[in-house]
Amino acid sequence: MANEVTLLDFWPSPFGMRVRIALAEKGIQYEYKDEDLRNKSPLLLQMNPVHKKIPVLIHNGKPVCESLIAVQYIDEFWNNKSPLLPSDPYQRAQARFWADYADKKIYDAGRRSWTTKGEEQEAAKKDFIECLKLLEQQLGDKPYFGGDNLGYVDVAIVPFYSWFEAYEKFGNFNIEAECPKFIAWAKRCLQKESVAKSLPDQHKVYDFVLQMRKKLGVE
Amino acid sequence: MATNQQVKLLGFAGSPFVARAELALKLKGVQYEYIQESLTNKSDLLLKSNPVHKKVPVLLHNNQPICESLVIVEYVDETWTGHPILPSDPYHRALSRFWSRFIEDQVMPPVFKAAWNPNKQERVKGAEEAREALKILDKELKVNGKFFNGDSVGFLDIAALIIFYWVPIIQEASEFNVYSGDKYPKLGKWSQEVLNDPVVKGVLPPRDVLLSFFKARFQSIVNSK
Repeated sequence: MANEVTLLDFWPSPFGMRVRIALAEKGIQYEYKDEDLRNKSPLLLQMNPVHKKIPVLIHNGKPVCESLIAVQYIDEFWNNKSPLLPSDPYQRAQARFWADYADKKIYDAGRRSWTTKGEEQEAAKKDFIECLKLLEQQLGDKPYFGGDNLGYVDVAIVPFYSWFEAYEKFGNFNIEAECPKFIAWAKRCLQKESVAKSLPDQHKVYDFVLQMRKKLGVE
Repeated sequence: MATNQQVKLLGFAGSPFVARAELALKLKGVQYEYIQESLTNKSDLLLKSNPVHKKVPVLLHNNQPICESLVIVEYVDETWTGHPILPSDPYHRALSRFWSRFIEDQVMPPVFKAAWNPNKQERVKGAEEAREALKILDKELKVNGKFFNGDSVGFLDIAALIIFYWVPIIQEASEFNVYSGDKYPKLGKWSQEVLNDPVVKGVLPPRDVLLSFFKARFQSIVNSK
């Protein structure tokens, strides 16, 4: 059966980037469709009626929604190369735990760091740095969270790096100064072609956030 | 190869999240030692095993900790053979995970808000949000057989048990109403199959004990200012 793969996405979305990286790691050909989130396509609404959100992976007409679920699906269906999850059940459980942790903490704290002001913003920055420091501890001496190669947790977290210039400029803090190891890991990931071609330039994301802030009236 | 030695579960009687872990272990026929934790006086073992969240359940297998109820269920499924919990094909696995995420992220947080937020307006808002989420669940989810994915209790049945058993008790205790089998006949029918399963029955805490516990909790919130 021919594999028809489409990805409904929005270029600055870190969640979309996760799926892009997974598809690239597996060498899968697919059609990329950038959505206008203020004017969602009928296809998006039909494929994700529950959340109406991107990313949506469409494989032979069937939708898989939620970025980490799509990454696991890609890993399980195309299981002949570049495994993202480890083969050992305990290591898999750890990978799932840390991807879940990153999902809950990084996005939320990161978002609060550019959408809030004053005390709330300071609290968000503190949470964000604490979260990255815990992840640095988890990484330890390994080159990647996945060990010698890019794995599930790396794919889950590295997309947020493309938002760091935005977080730093609007949050007025220096992430590299606080978490040099985390930045070193992110740059190491960017040496991989799958990551480099999936993440937009930090400055492009910064411009996007600048426009968003104006629209949201956060100035 | 999996061994049945040294399997411990740190739990709290009455917790729907602990019940998920117990259900997975029992479905696989795994022998384990249950260690009852106190929520107000957490053991060193718990704090050491789950330093990030400090919560139950924690599964300890040969002294290695696994945390987060649904992560534990997947681990149990992958470690012990017999009674597969997740479906075998990737698409149905994705569906099971999708709906379990929906329950965790969209259904339960508003239910907890409706039950225990100290502010009455917030409780009313929580109930509204819970109703919206349950409406979507009932509308979009498709049950393929007796249980979500066929003839045996699987991943989503385990994840949804919190709605089938705990939500009716919590809403009675906190005097709100968002879910009933009558209101959502599809969910109601599915819930009956799950609640009637003998292994499921074996992990359910007694209703009257839970009801008293949740009533006391609601009263303490309503009475404090």
